[in-house]
Amino acid sequence: MTGSTKRPVLELVNARISYFTRAGEINVVPDISFTLHEGEALGLVGESGCGKSTVAFAVMNYLGGSGRLTGGRILFEGRDMQKMSAAELRAVRGNKMSMVYQDPMSSLNPVMTVGRQLMEVPIIHEGASEAAARERAIAILKEVNLPDPESVFERYPHQLSGGQQQRVVIAMALMSEPSLLVMDEPTTGLDVTVEAAVLDLVVRLRETRNSAIVFISHNLGTVVRICDRIGVMYAGELVEEGPIGKVFRDPRHPYTRGLLDCIPVLGSDKRSAPLVPIPGQVPPAMARPRGCVFAPRCPHVVPERCSVGDIPTSPAGGDAEHLVQCVREPELPDYRRPQASGPIEAAIEASEPMLSIVHLDKVYRQAGGLFDSAGGYDVRALSDVNLEAQRGTTLAIVGESGCGKSTLAKVLTGLEKATAGKVSLGGVEIGDTAVENRSRAVKRQLQMVFQNPDSTLNPSHSIGYAIARTLQRLKRLAGGLANREARGLMETVKLPADFVARKPRQLSGGQKQRVAIARALAGGPELMVADEPVSALDVSVQAAIINLLIEIQRQRGATLVFISHDLSVVRYLADRVAVMYLGKIVEAGTVEQVFAPPYHPYTEALLSAVPIPDPDVKQKRIILEGNIPSVTNVPPGCPFATRCPRKVGPICDTTPPPELRTPGGHRIVCHIPLEELTVVDPVVKRAS
Amino acid sequence: MIGFFAKRLAYLVFTMLVVSFIIYTISEFTPGDVARKILGPFATKNQVELLTEEMGLNRPVFIRYFEWVGQTLSGDLGYSTRYKTEVNNIIWGRLYNTMILASIAFAIIVPASILFGIVAGMAEASKLDRTISVASIVTTSVPEFASGVFLSWIFVIWLGILPGTSTLDTGAGWSIASQLVLPVAVMVLYDLGYVIRMVRASMVEVMMRPYIRTAVLKGLRFREVILKHAVRNAMIAPFTVILLQINYLVTGVVVVEAVFAYPGFGRMMLEGALSQDIAIIEAGALFAVLIAVVTQIVGDFGYMLLNPRIRFS
Repeated sequence: MTGSTKRPVLELVNARISYFTRAGEINVVPDISFTLHEGEALGLVGESGCGKSTVAFAVMNYLGGSGRLTGGRILFEGRDMQKMSAAELRAVRGNKMSMVYQDPMSSLNPVMTVGRQLMEVPIIHEGASEAAARERAIAILKEVNLPDPESVFERYPHQLSGGQQQRVVIAMALMSEPSLLVMDEPTTGLDVTVEAAVLDLVVRLRETRNSAIVFISHNLGTVVRICDRIGVMYAGELVEEGPIGKVFRDPRHPYTRGLLDCIPVLGSDKRSAPLVPIPGQVPPAMARPRGCVFAPRCPHVVPERCSVGDIPTSPAGGDAEHLVQCVREPELPDYRRPQASGPIEAAIEASEPMLSIVHLDKVYRQAGGLFDSAGGYDVRALSDVNLEAQRGTTLAIVGESGCGKSTLAKVLTGLEKATAGKVSLGGVEIGDTAVENRSRAVKRQLQMVFQNPDSTLNPSHSIGYAIARTLQRLKRLAGGLANREARGLMETVKLPADFVARKPRQLSGGQKQRVAIARALAGGPELMVADEPVSALDVSVQAAIINLLIEIQRQRGATLVFISHDLSVVRYLADRVAVMYLGKIVEAGTVEQVFAPPYHPYTEALLSAVPIPDPDVKQKRIILEGNIPSVTNVPPGCPFATRCPRKVGPICDTTPPPELRTPGGHRIVCHIPLEELTVVDPVVKRAS
Repeated sequence: MIGFFAKRLAYLVFTMLVVSFIIYTISEFTPGDVARKILGPFATKNQVELLTEEMGLNRPVFIRYFEWVGQTLSGDLGYSTRYKTEVNNIIWGRLYNTMILASIAFAIIVPASILFGIVAGMAEASKLDRTISVASIVTTSVPEFASGVFLSWIFVIWLGILPGTSTLDTGAGWSIASQLVLPVAVMVLYDLGYVIRMVRASMVEVMMRPYIRTAVLKGLRFREVILKHAVRNAMIAPFTVILLQINYLVTGVVVVEAVFAYPGFGRMMLEGALSQDIAIIEAGALFAVLIAVVTQIVGDFGYMLLNPRIRFS
């Protein structure tokens, strides 16, 4: 297939995978074929429920009690995995083929030291002695860049950070020099700088070892960093497969194009390049449409050709390396990223401030215990935060986990009270008032959208009730009136009116988030606080929700505080951005200011870590070493000093840095002079 | 580690003080005054007043409580009106008898429940799991007095190979060992099923954890996956439950002791309570609480040793 003379490591030949439940057979993957050669890395991408992980576990021949390969073959180094005996399978697993899992914390045994878990690999597969296994374990820990491998060896998994845990899992997978490495979402759930470091490690290990890799991810950007080839999966089918460059520059399948159109690429914003969500949803495995599975959502569909008979996989434009499963492929127009159709809107000019935060502090008191009243200590979650959001604009707050973003949201919404400082909403002081003591007017003005719509909607209330109830509480509307207005709100968030009677479990994730937004809109808020509202959603749903937020903001002139760790989304959606680190704002300004030099060194590192789904983008690589210090132990000087790649000297550790201000209002808190920060190159550059 | 232990010991002392005060006040303030309970219904009012005066029962309860605490700490547990002797002369022997019963039962329950629980939980919904689960529900749901009568009927009346009472008196020709069989069997039957179910539930949960998948995909044998990776994790949750069985086995076996006329702690408490023997009730309750608190501490400590997430946090 690739024309390479290298030995094939993994071949899937018309593999058909099903799960067997009480309801009968559910065919998750109808027919998938691909070949992976020595040292090659293939990325499998697609939205959740597309069968990526099923393929990964089928490759490991580990589908659990209910899953089975019901057709075709999976060959590993030429041998049929289905025909292997239990002993042969054991000899292959963990030795010739190994796996890296999505959630490293739960993939490591919590009651065994890291070293013990590593030592098992050479002991079972090579009959190594304890001493030899120990030596090997420490050597591999060193190879995956873990600081102080001897001490990591002795530790238990919970004593390591998420990034370190994933390095341990990778070390465990690489110990026996496998010829195939299956990585199932290995960086999902890790912070962006940690993700970048782990991806970097994988890239480096690829250079020194010859393992073939199947890399599964929902994030196209990570695949670009690791892989040579990419396979796009949709509803259990491989709809397009080919070399990274070709697939990204000239995507031939409408689904691939749809995926690319609905992810913001770092550098695009809402004024220049709209996000185009894919309409509809992935069909469930039981209700797969006839013919092309993507046809019901495809903008190029011609029913009489697309929805009859099986769709063959054929080379795109005669290129044997680039395979596409689409009958209309030769007729499709060339791919262009979506561009704004009308005139580009100007950024909203500064109007009056809706939200203003001045010298805000939040300190939690950690108590010492019943007999230890003096043993407590303070946790400084927010420290001297100063921010402003103009009416009708979006203020984004970014930072890695533990930086205080969510604490800020809690103070704004009154779930926590500020320890010191002022928070005023349209001139009314709210920082010192818990939500139960806030007046109804304030509650109506300020509403929140949470990250996980599953846990914020009461499963026993219907959608209509959930929204109407909020209307009754906030607007004092009578039942009938509330119900009518609830329907209006559902229309605003583009939910069908007949959803009123549905329960949350009958809705998809994106629909649930729409309900959560409708509920937040019930009081007619002036300010909406959205805490990671799209990070639990698939990219096409994410695009739709982002568009919805933009539209609502435009119609209602509401102010949005958007809390996120995803810089591409922030770049796309926000007007102003504040970067937080350890409870402090280290940089703030308009999006254009923050995403271009001068950068705070932390912002620069964050930007360099964002995985960008475009092989033509040149991105500076700044790998941050170490972990975010604990909030209980904030450095006395600059909070970022312990990890800063541009540290000037001891002054960073001892003295809090000054706030530098450009004439344009761009603020950076750093010891490095502004001129020096200004002369760096932009982190992201487009090659063309 | 030492800090943890010291803290736990402090909690123990604190708990004992609170509980002992509650026990003391409750038993002192039950209907009828103490002197009347001691002297019985036929004593004259004058006699009762004299005794009240003599025992100092008309003084404030706090003073009497601290006196009682002082006496108890110095080893004087008071005088039993039921057995007409010092409580010290009766309670230790009874505790010893119950301890024999309890330790045999415990020595059977622990290994058996772990074995059956793990075997059932490692292959959820298998035939073996179903069999063990059903059997444990059945044995646990039969009350002790029913299984006691049932077993007696088989082994005593029908087969005639075991004694019907276990008075620990070898005069009737039954050895001590043979007298212990039935009470132990009843206790084990009743308690084993419950503990098996706890272990099984924990094992089932552990088997679904991703680290078990990691162990399998590492190439380990199933036996090694179970023994090296699953069992220790599966023991963390039921550990405390297992230790709590000591409470039941030592202080909760009133029914079993009554059914088999076994001269143990439970029956002593029952007799003491029926005859309003305050000294016996107070001393017995104190021991029961002490056992409960001590097992709790041992449980916490063992839990910490089993679970590194607690040990190194």
